Amino acid sequence: METIYQFFNGNLLLIYLLIFTIILGFEVISKVPTVLHTPLMSGANAISGVVIIGAIILIRQTEPGDYVGLVLGLIGVILGMINALGGFAVTNRMLEMFKRKKTTK
Amino acid sequence: MAINFYIELAYMLGAVGFVWGLRLLSSPDSARKGNLIAGVGMGLAIIAAMTMPIPGAANNYIWILSGLAIGGVIGTVTSHKVKMTAMPQLVSVFNGFGGACAVLLAIVEGERGLDTGLPIAGGQWSITLATLLIGGVTFTGSMLAYLKLDGRLGDNKLLLPRHQLVNQLFLLAAVVWGTMLFFKNETTSMTEVYAFTLLCLVYGASFVVPIGGADMPVVISLLNSFSGISAATAGIIYHNQFMLVGGILVGASGTILTVMMCKAMNRSLFNVLIGGFGGSSAAAGGKAGGDQTVKEVSLNDAAILLNYSKSVIFVPGYGLAVAQAQKVCKEIDDLLSENGVDVKYAIHPVAGRMPGHMNVLLAEADVPYPKLLDLDDSNNALSQADVAVIVGANDVVNPAAENDPSSPIYGMPVLQVWNAKHVIVLKRSMNAGYAGIENPLFFHAKNRMLFGDAKNTLSKLVVELKGL
Repeated sequence: METIYQFFNGNLLLIYLLIFTIILGFEVISKVPTVLHTPLMSGANAISGVVIIGAIILIRQTEPGDYVGLVLGLIGVILGMINALGGFAVTNRMLEMFKRKKTTK
Repeated sequence: MAINFYIELAYMLGAVGFVWGLRLLSSPDSARKGNLIAGVGMGLAIIAAMTMPIPGAANNYIWILSGLAIGGVIGTVTSHKVKMTAMPQLVSVFNGFGGACAVLLAIVEGERGLDTGLPIAGGQWSITLATLLIGGVTFTGSMLAYLKLDGRLGDNKLLLPRHQLVNQLFLLAAVVWGTMLFFKNETTSMTEVYAFTLLCLVYGASFVVPIGGADMPVVISLLNSFSGISAATAGIIYHNQFMLVGGILVGASGTILTVMMCKAMNRSLFNVLIGGFGGSSAAAGGKAGGDQTVKEVSLNDAAILLNYSKSVIFVPGYGLAVAQAQKVCKEIDDLLSENGVDVKYAIHPVAGRMPGHMNVLLAEADVPYPKLLDLDDSNNALSQADVAVIVGANDVVNPAAENDPSSPIYGMPVLQVWNAKHVIVLKRSMNAGYAGIENPLFFHAKNRMLFGDAKNTLSKLVVELKGL
């Protein structure tokens, strides 16, 4: 239990941030029209590519000789990048279609 | 220390970009800008993660840059090649990759923590184990969802007897074992960590096995939410506020979509996860069929009916996606609109295999989004409409949901197509839909059937309409 108290006291700001972001997230996204469900989902999906930040830091902290760490980190960066860049690109492609029709109408 | 200021500022702006971007994503006019802003936020954060000073770090930039390049090329190419009908599959795969990345981080960081031989801070250790569990479930769950959506795996292929019980045991085992590892802390061996990860991965796949077909929008939304949460927990491992904010926002958006999808089906999340339509439907199906007959309509009659109507409403479903019929549908829309017919589309929230699936397909075919009506508007419009044309939808137009308490979908809000003056159902055959539930609509006095592949039938209708 002691370690939990320590973690809590040491990360108080992070925990505040966690709680407020949950509230903020629900407030910001709660009123999505049906039209945008798929783009919102794939856009949000792209954002979950933030794990790439962790993978970058991981590689940077790895010893140059630690090939297991480097390869795992490399896979992490590749997967994260596919998720992030691919996600934003495909969302943009979808939204482009929504936009084009608006001008033709 | 100026450099630290700029790094933190970049992270902060990145996080603001996410919030602002998501805000704009929830309105059709600003959505594209929102996506762009969120993307820029991510770019800023990647630069910050590359340049932030880490004392004594070897950096290994060449590895990072190759990873960014390989991932960037794969991501960009797939996102440009993918067909709009395959969007649910793509989102699932990308989603799974995020989960896999979080698992890798947790394994490597876990190993580094254990290597020191010192107790890992309790919170930190529990977060690492949680990341393994949530990330693992996200990864294999999404991959299995992909296989199902892509038709590579039938809905019942891997189903074990009493599969729900198996899943509950898996979850129980993961939680109990995770708690045990938590208390073992620094005495945990890496073998145990790997074995625990393996269990989480198997559970993730097993978790999605019993869920299929019309329940897919729910499970995709849920996995989307999980991938966000695993990113957030990985953020706590790295004490990185930016990852935390991004992950939680995704978790929130996935949760909201999950709840919306469940509401649209009038089922609780629990019910979707443990239920599945299967069981009770066979009994319900037995009594309705038999002596009742359906009436067919000829292509020519259908064309005349459509052409001389004041208002026509299309009701698309998953069959439209399977037949890739969205563009032909739009062609008919154009022909009718030229003749002064008011054409609209009634979209049920769970039509298709992911939230908003139909909207994207119709957008691809250049249908302006103000023509797409949501559930409430659709039902208002349907009561005034002359003809409702159902293209590849079944359960979402089933009147049994309103008037047959014994039906498995009783209570689910449906599109009341029978309120239109005429109904035409385009259908491949008389087989029941995914849910295996008999649809009394087909026997309704107002209804006429047009049998055949949706795209094929609609193309023939175009010819007929042009000939009128």
